Amino acid sequence: MGTAKLVADPAGERAKTDPYRKFTGRKKAILAALVLLVFLMAIVALHAGAMNLDPRQVLRSILGDGGQVSGVVIWRIRLPRILAAIVAGAGLSVAGCVIQNNLRNPLAAPSTLGISSAAAFGANLAIIVFGAGAVQVSNTETITINSPYLVTVCAFASAMLAAVVILLLARIRGFSPEAMVLAGVALNSLFHAGTILVQYSAEDLQIAAVVFWTFGDLGRVSWREVAILAGLTAMALGYFTFRRWDYNALDSGEETAKSLGVHVERIRQQGMLVACLITAVAVSFLGIIGFIGLVGPQIIRRVIGGDHRYLIPASALTGSLLLLVSDTLARTMVSPVVLPVGAITSFFGAPLFLYLLVRGYRRS
Amino acid sequence: MMLSVAGLSFSYPSRPVLRDVDFDLSAGDFLAVLGVNGAGKSTLLKCVNRILNPGAGVVLVQGEPAARLSRRELARRIGYVAQRQATGGTTVFDAVLLGRKPHIQWEASRKDLEVVQRALETLELEEYALRYTDELSGGEQQKVVIARALAQEPRVLLLDEPTSSLDLKNQLEVARIIRRVATQQRIGAVVSVHDLNLAIRFANKFLLLKDGEVFAAGGLEVMTPETIESVYSVPVAIQRFAGVPVVVPV
Repeated sequence: MGTAKLVADPAGERAKTDPYRKFTGRKKAILAALVLLVFLMAIVALHAGAMNLDPRQVLRSILGDGGQVSGVVIWRIRLPRILAAIVAGAGLSVAGCVIQNNLRNPLAAPSTLGISSAAAFGANLAIIVFGAGAVQVSNTETITINSPYLVTVCAFASAMLAAVVILLLARIRGFSPEAMVLAGVALNSLFHAGTILVQYSAEDLQIAAVVFWTFGDLGRVSWREVAILAGLTAMALGYFTFRRWDYNALDSGEETAKSLGVHVERIRQQGMLVACLITAVAVSFLGIIGFIGLVGPQIIRRVIGGDHRYLIPASALTGSLLLLVSDTLARTMVSPVVLPVGAITSFFGAPLFLYLLVRGYRRS
Repeated sequence: MMLSVAGLSFSYPSRPVLRDVDFDLSAGDFLAVLGVNGAGKSTLLKCVNRILNPGAGVVLVQGEPAARLSRRELARRIGYVAQRQATGGTTVFDAVLLGRKPHIQWEASRKDLEVVQRALETLELEEYALRYTDELSGGEQQKVVIARALAQEPRVLLLDEPTSSLDLKNQLEVARIIRRVATQQRIGAVVSVHDLNLAIRFANKFLLLKDGEVFAAGGLEVMTPETIESVYSVPVAIQRFAGVPVVVPV
């Protein structure tokens, strides 16, 4: 028996777990590779754009030593945008990862719960009904939303309202995944209907402003918003990391999780609340960015496996990478026109998602 | 006494399931919980480790009321193997490592990994350590979840029909392992079983439930044809075949 051997030869017993340590070492290497990829992509993104800047100019501008124009481009436009992509991508993707675990549904995402459509409804309400979208059309035909803060606040309030309603409804049914998914479906269609009703009475320009808002755009954020988003995402990541063993236990079924000491209902309630919160903040600041929350964790799960000790940080990094790549494409594909990043993520995300669907859930 | 259950009752809103159930379990005991489908066997197991909250009654684990222990503390003392398992896309080692969850503060220590390794050896799963659980046969998967429960280093094991979906060879193997582990590691095992022959062959204590109440409880002496007929409504004979008692419906 192993017990006798353990006493006689502790070093030998330890050596037996070496293959497993090697196995987890590979996962850590994947995480390190992802960090490096995000960093490299951020450097690429700093250079890419309508204004051509060579690496030296970029570096000098970052150090505050470049020309005034390139300084503005780097510090006021590109850096906040790149950081927003990293932070929002991480937040949306890790929220998707936890939602997929909590709802025991690999196809769930922040949008499954109706958070995005609720935020869109809030924005519609602000622009059309509350007059935040008394839009201006300047000579250059750009559409500006007059009170972006009112829109953000309304979108956020509406998204959180959806989250609270879902959690209250789910509470009645003991936070069962089915109850939450169904509540999400119902809320999704309710907010869609609400949006249509609000838009029915709107003027052309208001509709244009709403459409403009709905396509997610990373160019909207200032340093302050990036800071808020980064703070919340860091807190959410910290919380999810703290709960990683609980999420692993939930994957083995509710009863097994309880027998391993997990407060199943409490963990689900808190996990969903935090996931909803970061989604709501990201969507309210940036507009709707689809598919990151669904596809980010799905892709990386196939590479790094289902262990949340590694899946949580890997999902966050994959989300950052996806959104950064998408945004750089959006800025450079038909430069100087900047395409809405929400359309890019959905455009490339949907076929990717279908591919994953067709291939089934087998591990590669 | 490892486990002491007294006056345990449980009801769903629509119907009562368990009424006034009592039993005791010592270290090394293999207690077979028997009864027809719906007699309350699974419910009884779930009430012991608070997966379900009993309406009345007391469960003492090593002399302490289970109701006063935190979930984590309870999980350090009681391992549970559910009737149906969800097999996620994790390796066997990771699946068994989950059993260390009640002991892990932040990250799995070297000791945790060694306990997992020992549990794998006990179940003869070392070769499968880095295989994925959903690539294993039903028998191997069942051994993985038993290994996970052992990795909890519990004093009591609750196993809900651990052999019901296994072939003959695996049924015998799993039952043998449970008996061996109970005896060697001085764990008390509570096992709900459908197969009377398996129960009679491996268990040393029996609890027969009928309509949510204890119909008979005790050692091998309670397993008489009359008791079994009363519980299962099937006339049976018990005969020895090659030294092994066999229950035969007549």
